Amino acid sequence: MTLIGWLQILLFLGAILALTKPFGTFMYRVFEGEKTWLTPVLRPVERVIYKVGGVKEGEEMPWTTYTVAMLLFSIVTLLVTYAVLRFQAFLPWYDKTYMTTTMTPDLAFSTAVSFTTNTNWQAYSGENTMTYFSQMVALTSHNFFSAATGIAIAIALVRGLGRRSAASIGNFWVDLTRTTLYVLLPLCIVYALVLCQQGVVQNFHPYGTVKTLEGASQVIPGGPFASQEAIKMLGTNGGGPFNANSAHPFENPTALTDFLQVLSIFLIGAGIVYTFGLYVGNTKQGWALWGAMGFLFLIGVSVAYTQEAKGNPLVAATGVEDRASVLGDSGGNMEGKETRFGIARSALFATVTTDASCGAVNSMHDSYTPLGGLVPMANIMTGEVIFGGVGAGLYGMLMYAILAVFIAGLMVGRTPEYLGKKVEAFEIKMAMLATLVLAADVLLFTALASVSHVPHPAAYWNTVGTSVNALASANTNNSGPHGFSEILYAYDSTTGNNGSAFAGISVNTPFWNLTQGISMLVGRFLMIVPLLAIAGSMVKKKRVAASAGTFPTDTPLFAGLLVGVVIIVGALTYFPAVSLGPVVEHFLMHSGKTF
Amino acid sequence: MAKQLLISIRITLVLLLLVSGIYPLVVWGVSQAAFKHQANGSLIRNAQGQVVGSELLAQGFTKPEYFHPRPSAAGNGYDPTASSGTNLGPTSDKLINGVHKKDLSPGKPDPSDFDGVVDLAKSYRTENGLAATALVPVDAVTRSASGLDPQISPANALLQAARVAKARGISEEKLRGLIKENTSGRGLGFLGEPAVNVLKLNLALDAVK
Repeated sequence: MTLIGWLQILLFLGAILALTKPFGTFMYRVFEGEKTWLTPVLRPVERVIYKVGGVKEGEEMPWTTYTVAMLLFSIVTLLVTYAVLRFQAFLPWYDKTYMTTTMTPDLAFSTAVSFTTNTNWQAYSGENTMTYFSQMVALTSHNFFSAATGIAIAIALVRGLGRRSAASIGNFWVDLTRTTLYVLLPLCIVYALVLCQQGVVQNFHPYGTVKTLEGASQVIPGGPFASQEAIKMLGTNGGGPFNANSAHPFENPTALTDFLQVLSIFLIGAGIVYTFGLYVGNTKQGWALWGAMGFLFLIGVSVAYTQEAKGNPLVAATGVEDRASVLGDSGGNMEGKETRFGIARSALFATVTTDASCGAVNSMHDSYTPLGGLVPMANIMTGEVIFGGVGAGLYGMLMYAILAVFIAGLMVGRTPEYLGKKVEAFEIKMAMLATLVLAADVLLFTALASVSHVPHPAAYWNTVGTSVNALASANTNNSGPHGFSEILYAYDSTTGNNGSAFAGISVNTPFWNLTQGISMLVGRFLMIVPLLAIAGSMVKKKRVAASAGTFPTDTPLFAGLLVGVVIIVGALTYFPAVSLGPVVEHFLMHSGKTF
Repeated sequence: MAKQLLISIRITLVLLLLVSGIYPLVVWGVSQAAFKHQANGSLIRNAQGQVVGSELLAQGFTKPEYFHPRPSAAGNGYDPTASSGTNLGPTSDKLINGVHKKDLSPGKPDPSDFDGVVDLAKSYRTENGLAATALVPVDAVTRSASGLDPQISPANALLQAARVAKARGISEEKLRGLIKENTSGRGLGFLGEPAVNVLKLNLALDAVK
């Protein structure tokens, strides 16, 4: 650990703090259709989109119609992506020399679901699977759509909490269009150009071969990737064009681009918390959530940074210098990390990308120390509510807020209220439904994959390398507890719609592609639909005046309670599984055991 | 329902045009005009004007007269069509001790052969004439996340200087100067780590008369 490492982490949080209010205010104005400085340019474009789309701008929707519109849009875009992927060999820029991974139906399904659900789990390596056309059309489009959908859902929920005795929660098409047009696109254009200036590629050249200084040949890929990289980060998508993701020098060439990448992961997630405060008429409500999120962020990043900076004792024992006192942040556990980022930026990135549902990586989580790697895993398990995925972080945290007031209500024996509205049986049932289904999905699929063996005469389901009809657990890259961690992380990541991985595991087989596809769908839609139901139920309620018995939810006390609920729900649910993976591995590592 | 379905199809088409057509092409147009070098992969040429690689992508070096990059897990090493780390966990025996099997046919390398940290540290010491107990900088014996990490730590570069100086017959003093010239500092003075670009340094070496 170094002073400058901590400084980078604190300055990052400071930058997010400074951007929260201006950006949150901007988003509020966009969603309420108020004039912003972009209106003169974009308003005519917005009108054209409504006209072509057949959208009536002033039409409000009840939660049921809103949900149907959201689901139909997801299905239509999913099918488009599936079709483009399956037909990519007949579409532009296909070069069979380099596209060595076959786009099977199960891989196309897993990928289409993955990008539709804002997960961006990738069972393939981009540079030898996806054509430039697939990247640009099938995947980049979803980076916009799934992000805009998430933000729209969060705004709908917030309207549900903010409005009184109303029936409708907004218009999905209008929210979707405005997010894309006013929030995502303008930022992305500027951001993509900065990335490109720093070295991210933006071209359509075919892969070219060069002769290196020592006379070997090396293939240099190209691609229109600065534009993809910008929305990949800003929309907390995380699915990069290259296998190494944001560790690849063509995606994230400098420490400055790295700073912008982590900043752009949190930007919308932090801003929307302030937008929420404006919607409910009390920005302190938003800051209370912000405080809880900021605190949880600091816990995670401190653990990750400390553990990674300490390094791997098994490596140090072989006569390797890894002390931070000698090498600074170029020491520590450098396996799977890039020199230009060092330990501090790697630990920061790993924490931020899983606090949010981004899932981009600038270092390989699989090679983290056991407790360092536990941080991203635990962040996803607690629901990625620390600023969180765009929209998803806020609606996830609001669900915890509802549980927190319920628990506080149980303690004092009073009907809980949130934002002046009574929280009743229906809301708690929906919140618990989302919590339990997601946890069950992670744990049951992990258990299934850890023990299952699906024999099939044609060796279809799970063939890895030379091993035919393998146990599902044969796909791991590591043995011992770390192998189990790979499986647990995989279902954790897909259910949490994160997309990062303990990436050694090979998951491009029908068994894995299908179970992961199901996990991603469950994680996205069995979270969103109950939450929209809560929005629909809350919007109808009257606001009751605060009394002496009301538990105020805009105070540090509430933020503290919220932190407690997030940790307890996560810890109680997942502790047994986690103790079989990272926890036991930590002790074995320190006793010198290898697998 | 039917009405919403029709809207979804129409909205999908118009937004696709916007975010997957107009947007990337605008960025492409501007970046090709303003940042042509970077947009096309930061390609780098030797003194004869031939493209020898990208300054952002590591390439393999094994000769003693060149500085060596970090070991790589990208394909068979430094392969940009297969960027990857090892993804070996901290308690992996393969990571620490490697995997060594006997060659099946003499004269051919065993495909399952993999150098662990122990092997990498040993060959680093031998190459650079270090004592058997000398500490080796961690970045020299660990594989990066991308397998294409173009840089090494300054400590790693300085330890290689004696070998390169001897192979080329130039003074270590001069080499240290070249290392310094090819070391990038922290971004904006505080972001990331100082690091030495191996390909640029080696090109600079070749340019020394």
